[in-house]
Amino acid sequence: MGTGQILFNAFVLLTVVSAAGVVLNRNAVNAALCLLMALVGVSGLFVALDAYLLAFLLLLVYAGAVVALFLFIIMLLDARGDSRPVLHRLPLAARVIATGLVLGGVASFLMRGRLPEGRAATTAVGAALKPYAHQLFTTYLLPVQVLGFLLLIAMIGVIALSRRPDGPEDAA
Amino acid sequence: MIPATLNAYVAISVVLFAIGLLGVLIRRNTLVVFMCLELMLVAATLALVAFSRFNGTMDGNVLVFFILTVAAAEVAVGLALIVALFRRRRTVQLDELNSLRN
Repeated sequence: MGTGQILFNAFVLLTVVSAAGVVLNRNAVNAALCLLMALVGVSGLFVALDAYLLAFLLLLVYAGAVVALFLFIIMLLDARGDSRPVLHRLPLAARVIATGLVLGGVASFLMRGRLPEGRAATTAVGAALKPYAHQLFTTYLLPVQVLGFLLLIAMIGVIALSRRPDGPEDAA
Repeated sequence: MIPATLNAYVAISVVLFAIGLLGVLIRRNTLVVFMCLELMLVAATLALVAFSRFNGTMDGNVLVFFILTVAAAEVAVGLALIVALFRRRRTVQLDELNSLRN
């Protein structure tokens, strides 16, 4: 088992255990930190797939911005606590059905899902920066423009949402 | 050299998506439900990157690029909505947000 294989297994373990931590942690701050570790694991898996730019962006955007925003909002709302343990607040039937459906779906994939066992493509097209730029400025030029507008709309929406309904915020 | 098969990568993605879905189903804190949604989004990106790498095309990678952008906007809007909700109702627990019931 080579170093790459060991690292891959470590990142898979980190990802899955941290993801389970997000679901099972009673404290929302701990859940956010588990989400951070899961994202680090996924970013390691991206590196194993030679998608270095995406691994970097995942860390930058998700771990840097999104998780920080989550932590900020948790602190702002003081929504850390959860009075009862996670699994004991639902009707038993709901718990059993939800868990059974999810586990059944995963099990059926793991048992019978067999994708073609082809070799990976010899050249890692996603490893360099140039293919991304080329695609973004040729094939995907319109989606890039649309996304620009989407970000603008989201920004305006957030500003509109976070104003108090009665008059401007800066009066306070 | 890729350390695993395409099947293994997609299996990890499925497991991650299932964990996120389970969290959305059983958690009652809006913020944690939102985090689990993000987890499902990341699971989908993992599958996209794996397919892209094994097929030698760029489309999946570029799509992940777009997903990251949309996710950033989505988190900003979603958290603003949660804050607005908290201002109005003083809670973020899903089972207390039941004004549409009855």
